[in-house]
Amino acid sequence: MKAFLLSAAARFTGQAISLFARFITAPRAVWQGIEPVPTQRVYFANHSSNGDFVLLWTVLPPALRKRTRPVAALDYWLTSPLRAFIGRDVFNAVLIDRRPEVRLQDPVSQMAEALDEGSSLILFPEGGRNSSDQPLLPFKSGLYHLAKARPEVDIVPVWIANLNRVMPKGEIIPVPLICTLTFGAPLHLAPDEDKETFLARAAQALLALQPQVQS
Amino acid sequence: MTSPHLLWLLAGIGGLLILASVLGEILRSRLSPQGENPVIENLNARISAWWVMVILLAIAFLAGKPGVVFLLALASFAALREFLSLTHYNRADHWSLVACFFLVVPLQYYFILIDWYGMYSVFIPVYVFLLLPVVSALHGSTRDFLVRVSETQWALMVCVYCVSHVPALLYLQIPGFEGRNIILIAYLIFVVQLSDVLQYVWGKLLGRTRVAPTLSPSKTWEGLIGGTLSATAIGTALYWMTPFTPLEAAGMCLLITLMGFFGGLVMSAIKRDRGIKDWGHLIAGHGGFIDRLDSVIFAAPIFFHITRYFWSAT
Repeated sequence: MKAFLLSAAARFTGQAISLFARFITAPRAVWQGIEPVPTQRVYFANHSSNGDFVLLWTVLPPALRKRTRPVAALDYWLTSPLRAFIGRDVFNAVLIDRRPEVRLQDPVSQMAEALDEGSSLILFPEGGRNSSDQPLLPFKSGLYHLAKARPEVDIVPVWIANLNRVMPKGEIIPVPLICTLTFGAPLHLAPDEDKETFLARAAQALLALQPQVQS
Repeated sequence: MTSPHLLWLLAGIGGLLILASVLGEILRSRLSPQGENPVIENLNARISAWWVMVILLAIAFLAGKPGVVFLLALASFAALREFLSLTHYNRADHWSLVACFFLVVPLQYYFILIDWYGMYSVFIPVYVFLLLPVVSALHGSTRDFLVRVSETQWALMVCVYCVSHVPALLYLQIPGFEGRNIILIAYLIFVVQLSDVLQYVWGKLLGRTRVAPTLSPSKTWEGLIGGTLSATAIGTALYWMTPFTPLEAAGMCLLITLMGFFGGLVMSAIKRDRGIKDWGHLIAGHGGFIDRLDSVIFAAPIFFHITRYFWSAT
């Protein structure tokens, strides 16, 4: 009974958060390189706000959304009961520990495990929120190791435009502005590609999706 | 709130939409059976979106004053969201932008709702104009300061101030026209939007000479003259449901269709400058809220003030 109530509350909260995200950002998905079909994928995106994965999750069609789990930092999402409820129960996040010295499980094997269970993943390879003037921070190596561990899975770049303006790091009230999410063509690790080359190629593919609007 | 004239007008618009839908389907089966003709597909998307807009407006009309005020407040919110997505960004403006959406929009429509003319006609041009730059200035960043505050003020004038003059029509007190003010709104929106549609139709049929080649490829002299004149003729024929005589109705229609055309022109200039085709994506076939509202935005305040000056008792 308690489990049922918890899952109902989680579903309801998920819908409410999604609706709120739509009200604020009227998000628009541009499927440039792929179609919204239920193929197993690792979506990787630029990360400037805590709303990033909510927005990506919101624009996925419901059938895909159900099978897609964000990868999030355990050291952030388990620090309060509310965050734990949202991270674990509402979004069913794969919670990884960013602190190598204390973690019990390797993040890449956790992600590979989630893929083996049939889930798709949402990943932010910058490793944290970007509040610099650079469009992207250097990628952490997790994306490469995951691409190596599960080479058959599509690695899909997703550029999230404008969300850093909606809710800059440190602000609590969002400004309603339109956000666009552009989905690019899938990447795979080439047979003899090394880590730096692959990560540079992935970052390049992501940057190439930025919408060209003068402002 | 409902008057037989309003029901007649809504029934007439429903009839026009049924006719448009049938024509759209015939064109599709003749010219675009597999959806290969983008013009026909866009036409049908526009017609479907018109159904949604007309049904929403009709519901708001039947709900009375609060319904109309609420619907246009939402439209202002969506239009402002589109406009401010394209302006110069600076982190220092965060709080002034938050204030635009969550303070200025609700207050402006609240003043309309309580019919405080002295306040809603100066709130944005005076109080917000003076106070909002202070909020941005206090945050310290001077980069592009004048550009940023001007863009924000423009966004508020266009998306909130002008649009709010549509529901303000409900509160005019015109002797002999009591209880029928909703007709003024329906009439304004109908004539202006009909002019847009007819400019599009005339332009597609006969359009050769562009009015402003650098601004918009689709605005032609043939479309402009054919559209405004035919919309004015239809608007004049409906004079009996308005407070106007036939001649007055004709002058009013000509004025608001021309203002509507200018609205489209000015909004096109902004879009061109920003390198975008549409303001948004929420109204399928049309683009964004501003794409659909641009003509009403320019026509509404003028229509309001002229009607108020010459016909209203207040």
